[in-house]
Amino acid sequence: MRARTIAIVAVLAALAAVPPLAAALGQPFYLDLFRRIMIFAIAALSLNLILGYGGMVSFGHAAYLGIGAYAVGILAYHGVTNGFLQFAVAIGASAAIALVIGAVSIRTSGVYFIMITLAFTQMLFYLGISLEEYGGDDGIRLKAHSQFAGLDLAHPTPFYYFVLAILAGFVYLVHRIVNSRFGMVIRAAKSNEARTRAIGFSPYPYKLAAFVIAGAMGGVAGALLVNQTAYLTPEFMNWTRSGEIMFMVILGGIATLIGPVLGAAALLLLEDLLAAWTTHWQIILGPILVLVVLFARRGLAGLLPGGGRDD
Amino acid sequence: MTAAALLEVDNLSKSFGALRATDQVSLTALAGETHAIIGPNGAGKTTLIGQLSGTLRPDSGHIRFAGEDITRLGAPARSHRGLARSFQITSVYRDFTALDNVALAVQAHAGSSFRLWRPARTDPALRDPARAILDEVGLGARADVLAANLAHGEQRQLEVAMVLATKPRLMLLDEPMAGMGTDESQRMVKFLARFRGRQTILLVEHDMDAVFSLADRISVLVYGRIVATGTPAEIRANPEVQRAYLGEEDA
Repeated sequence: MRARTIAIVAVLAALAAVPPLAAALGQPFYLDLFRRIMIFAIAALSLNLILGYGGMVSFGHAAYLGIGAYAVGILAYHGVTNGFLQFAVAIGASAAIALVIGAVSIRTSGVYFIMITLAFTQMLFYLGISLEEYGGDDGIRLKAHSQFAGLDLAHPTPFYYFVLAILAGFVYLVHRIVNSRFGMVIRAAKSNEARTRAIGFSPYPYKLAAFVIAGAMGGVAGALLVNQTAYLTPEFMNWTRSGEIMFMVILGGIATLIGPVLGAAALLLLEDLLAAWTTHWQIILGPILVLVVLFARRGLAGLLPGGGRDD
Repeated sequence: MTAAALLEVDNLSKSFGALRATDQVSLTALAGETHAIIGPNGAGKTTLIGQLSGTLRPDSGHIRFAGEDITRLGAPARSHRGLARSFQITSVYRDFTALDNVALAVQAHAGSSFRLWRPARTDPALRDPARAILDEVGLGARADVLAANLAHGEQRQLEVAMVLATKPRLMLLDEPMAGMGTDESQRMVKFLARFRGRQTILLVEHDMDAVFSLADRISVLVYGRIVATGTPAEIRANPEVQRAYLGEEDA
């Protein structure tokens, strides 16, 4: 376990070093890219909680990014730029909707769960498209970035460290959750549901709570994402986005803390690299992902020393 | 002086399509007795245990535990009333250590699990009882081994440990000695014998030596029906039981 902790701290430290490095190299683009990576790492971390540790294959996780983004975007459109308020609404709305969707979906499992979560996300996607005042399917530019008592997310470097702080905080939060009594029940239910019921746990309330927490964290990722892209679009909620985040989780290594960060970094860096090479980069990315799934079962985290065990 | 019936099964029936897996089964488990259920393969023993533990819904009939009708209760609720079940096909948490496995069973009965901050693995309220139980079943030295890496016999011991960890009033043991060698089986029999009088055990087993040395009473299940219930001596002498077993191989 110590090796894993060192790895996580090293990665976070490396991320902290990006802004000065980018400035020194005169390449502000890298600051933007790594901030984007961190935001998706937060999204992947939240999905990993329910998918990796909980065994709930939610194909609807992009919904919460969308809700968080729309909460911020709509409030900004109406002149509310107070970040504390915007993020509170983003968290509250995504948690509430996760509660509703989860209450229904978690009664099911397996393929049915996948399909129900997918269906709910598509419902929200089409809802987003129908909101003409907020751009419909074209989307709209973000009216103003979020302000946090002096911290304006329109400023690239403070925004970067803001995201890094949230990522680090969430990594620690997930670490505490998955090793707590609550986390053990979630992981037990994933490992063997019948056994878990036999010893006296009813998994449903625990799974639902985890689903809501993951949704709320996804909402934060969405609130950050709309600040990052400075553009609000229903595409945030498209099911293909759910798939991308899922790739990051699996590629990075399910049920690990460092996996989501590695997965987000790997996927977005690969996209960036390959896209510079050819417009048909997806045809190269696809097989790479297949190879990883086939030969690196534990994902990128499994390739690290001390890899292979859950955190 | 008759002991009170802790478990009363009243005309339990369950069919899978045309197959009558459980056919008007009635039996009781008296407090403190070890009651064995024997029968040929396919008699419906595991289906019966499933209905008693709450993982299968019977089609008709009632189950009363300590006077309370528990027929409609799910497995977790029955576990909290003191009904503990071990599985015929080993069903432990393979990616957790033996200690984690038992600690989870302890945790289920040690207050709220809606605690999201403090680590469970270092909680003495969970670790200490878990270690004690592992020592009791003889797995103390293997506490930190992943369940998947335990020998088959050790996994069966772990199953029993998890039953004990839930503070049971009635232990439903489904072939605890399945797949065990002679030495291991004998150790398990000695271990279960220690609960004589202190615990109520409903034991499904094929191992006839174990059954006859452990059981206070035996019920014989054939094609989903109870054909005889009685003391080991009565069962041994019963012609119908002899007929049911003649021509059947028993482990």
